[in-house]
Amino acid sequence: MLFLYGPMIAIYVLSFQRPQGGLTFPMNGVSTFWITKLFHGTGIVDLGAAFRRSLLLGLIVMIVTVVLSVAAGMAFRRKFKAQSILFYSAIASLIVPSIITSLGISLEFRIIDDLIKAHWNENFETSMGLLTSGLGAHLTWTLPFGLLIMFAIFNRFDPRLEEAARDLGATPWQTFRYVVLPIILPSVIGIGLFGFTLSWDELAHSSQAIGAVNTLPLDLQGLTTTVTNPDIYALGTVISAVSFTVIALALGTIHVLNKRQAAKGSDAGQGLV
Amino acid sequence: MSEEVLQQASPGLIPGSGTARAAKPTRLSPSCVSWLQAGPMMLVFLAFFLIPLVFVVIVSFWDYNEYQLLPAFSGRGYTDTFEGCIAQLPDLCTIGKTYLKTLKLCFLVWAITLFIGFWVAYFLAFHVRSRTWQMGLSLLCTIPFWTSNVIRMIAWIPLLGRNGLVNSGLMKTGLVNQPLEWLLFSEFSVVLALVHLFTFFMVVPIFNSMIRIDKSLIEAAYDAGATGFQTLANVIIPLAKPGIVIGSIFVITIVMGDFITIGVMGGQQIAAAGKIIETRVNALQFPAAAANAVILLAITFLIITMMSRIVDIKKEL
Repeated sequence: MLFLYGPMIAIYVLSFQRPQGGLTFPMNGVSTFWITKLFHGTGIVDLGAAFRRSLLLGLIVMIVTVVLSVAAGMAFRRKFKAQSILFYSAIASLIVPSIITSLGISLEFRIIDDLIKAHWNENFETSMGLLTSGLGAHLTWTLPFGLLIMFAIFNRFDPRLEEAARDLGATPWQTFRYVVLPIILPSVIGIGLFGFTLSWDELAHSSQAIGAVNTLPLDLQGLTTTVTNPDIYALGTVISAVSFTVIALALGTIHVLNKRQAAKGSDAGQGLV
Repeated sequence: MSEEVLQQASPGLIPGSGTARAAKPTRLSPSCVSWLQAGPMMLVFLAFFLIPLVFVVIVSFWDYNEYQLLPAFSGRGYTDTFEGCIAQLPDLCTIGKTYLKTLKLCFLVWAITLFIGFWVAYFLAFHVRSRTWQMGLSLLCTIPFWTSNVIRMIAWIPLLGRNGLVNSGLMKTGLVNQPLEWLLFSEFSVVLALVHLFTFFMVVPIFNSMIRIDKSLIEAAYDAGATGFQTLANVIIPLAKPGIVIGSIFVITIVMGDFITIGVMGGQQIAAAGKIIETRVNALQFPAAAANAVILLAITFLIITMMSRIVDIKKEL
């Protein structure tokens, strides 16, 4: 435990270093100087903009991951052609070293750029960017996790509930909306949590594929080679704080949903007598 | 059973048999629905994973100059990579040494994470009795995984640095006279950080397999007179093997491709396979980067094929 958490706690503590303090212990008093400085901009990079970009990308990745994973998870409950292709792409995407995926995406977009320049518009700059190549790069990392979680969910799911709904005349959409979704919702929030935090902290996939702008982790990595101030720790603390807030929110929601399900979800014994 | 009853009562109403769907002609066919459901994800993997991989292979055979790609068949990406390798034989050339170093790091990290991961999973699965504690402890192990790798990496710097906690602790206790230089920005710190970051990937799959082991098998082994070690070697390890293999695949592929941890913790001084790719990309030598990516991919693929011979991954998920 100490091995897992010790170093992290060290930097959280260090980010409250006084202005005169250096990068290491002992502490030189306590202050929030470095954290406030972060929000005023450190002068090296525009962290505020990077923060907003990371947040935006994380949210979009989260939504897309949830929707596509749930849809594909539903599809996997039936046999269909190309099932194993999709499965193996997901697994491969998980284990192919991320720098290779990232390099591939950047090459792909470079070639697209060249094509556009050659055939349509000579002044075209680039199609690479946060929401094109960057989004795609993040999705190759989050979708396999989403899909695997969906497998785990539907392994435990009782299909008789759906059959019952259909026997009662529900359309497939109604069945999904009122029967399946409420039951799997806690895990779906889990997928969203995965999607957001994986994207929020993602570095290796973004490194080559994000285009001209940086996300927060990329800035942080850039700082590791140059920085001499505790602001790097302050940045680390802020990033972690966002991660932890999201985790806590998601876990809280899951907990509430589970409670509601336990309280209201069952009508066992009601109306039988 | 209930289906049979229903089938007798009103044949043709059972969903899934196809007849109910056929009754309403407006409804989409099941295979069409499957395509709609799985299609978007397939497209994402196609556009951002499969096609890029193809491009990596194609571009690795292209030519290049200082500022652009030249789409013409050339082996220059590969020849540049292996420059002088044959001339230097039997000594290893730079690229050979780099790959050897990567494999060495990989092996070290794999061995250590396997050892730690196995015992953590063992402890969680067999020693922690209550379900709540099990959940709580595994959640506690999981949380660091949700936060940024770089942060967990730079977290070591104040501990291992020249004036860091470890060094000042050692100096105070009088164990060493001067700060240890090899603690930070060395192979030691790289391995330490990698182990710290990725033990999680070992714990989870192994724990998953272990939790499924029927406890009565272990009791049976004890009743049959097996020692603790014999039970471990003949019952637990074979049954936990799928988890061990999956965890190993994760750790090995991550370490093989890693360039960030090795960059940050090695003080940008240690060469590794992923680092070569990054350097080549920064120099805009894309075909050379792609050639290295192909080589790295081939090695990783080789390792995984060897490992998946041991278990069927698809069956275990």
